Amino acid sequence: MSDIVIKAEKLGKKYIIGHQAERRGYTALRDVLMHNTRTMWNKTKDLITGKPIIQGDSIEEVSALKNVNFEIPRGEAVGIIGRNGAGKSTLLKILSRITEPSTGRVTIRGRVASLLEVGTGFHPELSGRENIYLNGTILGMTRKEIRSKFDEIVEFAEVKRYLDTPVKRYSSGMYVRLGFAVAAHLEPEILVVDEVLAVGDVQFQKKCLGKMGDVAREGRTVLFVSHNMAAVENLCRTGIVLEKGEIGFKGRVTEALKFYLNSVAEMIDTSNIGTRPDRRGEGQVRITDIKIKDQEKNENIPFPAGTKLFFEIDYKSGENVKNPRVIIGLYDLMNVGVARFDTEITGDLISVLPSSGRITCSTESAPLAPGRYFINIAFLSNGVIQDYLVGAVYIDIIGSDYFNTGKFFNESDLKLTKILIKHEWSVS
Amino acid sequence: MNEIIIEAGRTEKNYWADIWRYRELFIILAWRDISVRYKQTIIGVLWAILRPFLTMIVFTVIFSRIAKLPSDGNAPYALMVFAAMLPWSLFSNALSESSNSLIDNSNLIGKVYFPRLIIPSATLVTAFLDFLISFIILAGMMVYYQFAPGWYMLLLPGFIILALLASLGPGLWITALNVKYRDFRYIIPFVVQFGLYVSPVGFSSRVVPEQWRLLYSLNPMVGVIDGFRWCILGVESPVYWPGFLLSLAVITLFLWLGISRFRKMEKTFADLI
Repeated sequence: MSDIVIKAEKLGKKYIIGHQAERRGYTALRDVLMHNTRTMWNKTKDLITGKPIIQGDSIEEVSALKNVNFEIPRGEAVGIIGRNGAGKSTLLKILSRITEPSTGRVTIRGRVASLLEVGTGFHPELSGRENIYLNGTILGMTRKEIRSKFDEIVEFAEVKRYLDTPVKRYSSGMYVRLGFAVAAHLEPEILVVDEVLAVGDVQFQKKCLGKMGDVAREGRTVLFVSHNMAAVENLCRTGIVLEKGEIGFKGRVTEALKFYLNSVAEMIDTSNIGTRPDRRGEGQVRITDIKIKDQEKNENIPFPAGTKLFFEIDYKSGENVKNPRVIIGLYDLMNVGVARFDTEITGDLISVLPSSGRITCSTESAPLAPGRYFINIAFLSNGVIQDYLVGAVYIDIIGSDYFNTGKFFNESDLKLTKILIKHEWSVS
Repeated sequence: MNEIIIEAGRTEKNYWADIWRYRELFIILAWRDISVRYKQTIIGVLWAILRPFLTMIVFTVIFSRIAKLPSDGNAPYALMVFAAMLPWSLFSNALSESSNSLIDNSNLIGKVYFPRLIIPSATLVTAFLDFLISFIILAGMMVYYQFAPGWYMLLLPGFIILALLASLGPGLWITALNVKYRDFRYIIPFVVQFGLYVSPVGFSSRVVPEQWRLLYSLNPMVGVIDGFRWCILGVESPVYWPGFLLSLAVITLFLWLGISRFRKMEKTFADLI
């Protein structure tokens, strides 16, 4: 059962975009006319010969994918991970034959169903029942298949009462449920799924993940793109990490995730916080350094859960900073806010700060669940944002004897909690 | 086990087999267009029938009463106009619908694979349905004028298909261009309006001087309309065969052009839409 169902060889995809050249000095009408006539003529030629016309004076090729090679055996569930713009969607679009590659080739053995969107082709005026048939056919099911699975689909979507209501009257949740229900009942040999679980309520997301897990267990091949790392880890055995259009890593999913998270962290350069360009704000005050320490002044190490944390923020300004306010936000990998520290809440920042200095925020024992957290920092004065860094630094929390019992949550339980609360049980 | 190879510039060997495999999609897309139309407006459907009828009345008054143009043989002028109005509205509706079809279905193109040819072809069904409804009016008129059709009537389906193919060729080309250059859609209302007057809809094509008839038949709708009149009016309106063959050749040329242009551009649709 280890035959290859998808084989990509030297796969590449380029997009051509045009740039308008910047004109300097004055422009003569004659030049403009000449220029336009010439481009007009060239474009007419292109149009007649069927070549694509590119708007702009200079042309730039952008590679969405470069030299991508991989093989996927039958029955494998593969997670494709990468930052936005790494080429995940392009890869899926090529595999589902929506767009063609510029170079290389893919050999696919088996029927592919791609699910790049929930409810593709739904028509708002049509009823739920009609849309099931419409959407099912669009996704490649035959009428007979749909009819035989119709009740199952309705049941899964939990929309029985509204079957004959036009979907424009559906709530967004119902809409998504119906769309996914149809897709979940596809029976292709290869299923390609893109990020569709980002929508819908948590309860239903779980149900979908369960369903997709079933699909994978039935021996069908699944390609799954998601930003939900937990979902990828749950569902997939192997992972492919894309970085700027190239394969950065392929292998076991846990290692792929580790590779990805490390590469995300590497992107955060903590050495040049003062000069990083990706910042917002007025700029009269500038954060020059951030350090996270524990009580023993250990710096930027993985901290055991429950450590008292010290955030040291160095700043610089042309003059005294009036009415300052500093906010630190902790975000998990899914970019969900976990904790927040705000001088406005504690009220212990003096009303005028010297033109440069260090502000320290010290916490009580921080009950954070093990994992990586990204830190956003904002520095305000007089209610105006002066400097704002997203993903300024990150902090790793590792397991510890937080509960003083010598026991700690295992890996899979930790996925279910973001904070640790000391607790005791009693019987009365 | 079917094996698919995806490669740059590769033309699928089984493209036409694929279209057959996706025939249910064709049916469901056509059904969707029709059912949405009926759900949204009854007036819209009525309008589709009324428009050719009203145009027929105006044309009859202008060309027959005012310009005093002759009819085909002894056929009532109104009937002769309506026999041309039918294929003309079939052609123009099919052309307008198909040339906007890709843009209207852009959400599908970016998200799923299927032979794109299905989208513009499915719109022909809607145009055909409108045609069938207006056909009832023709039947009513024939009863009113007590005009019995001959056996030629049995050949009508052939000309219906011809009218559809005549619209599909340019329709495919324009809808493909429309994906990239959205202003191509403005061509269609012009073509439809202009075509109504240069095609023999309000008058008989025999009004055209003999030496120009062959040239006139370069307009593919001349052959189609003549054919329709022949089927409906019978001996009163014999077909000018050299012209018909020329129209047929032009239709074939446009169809081939449309399909080949469409297929060439098809693979970039998803990148552009």
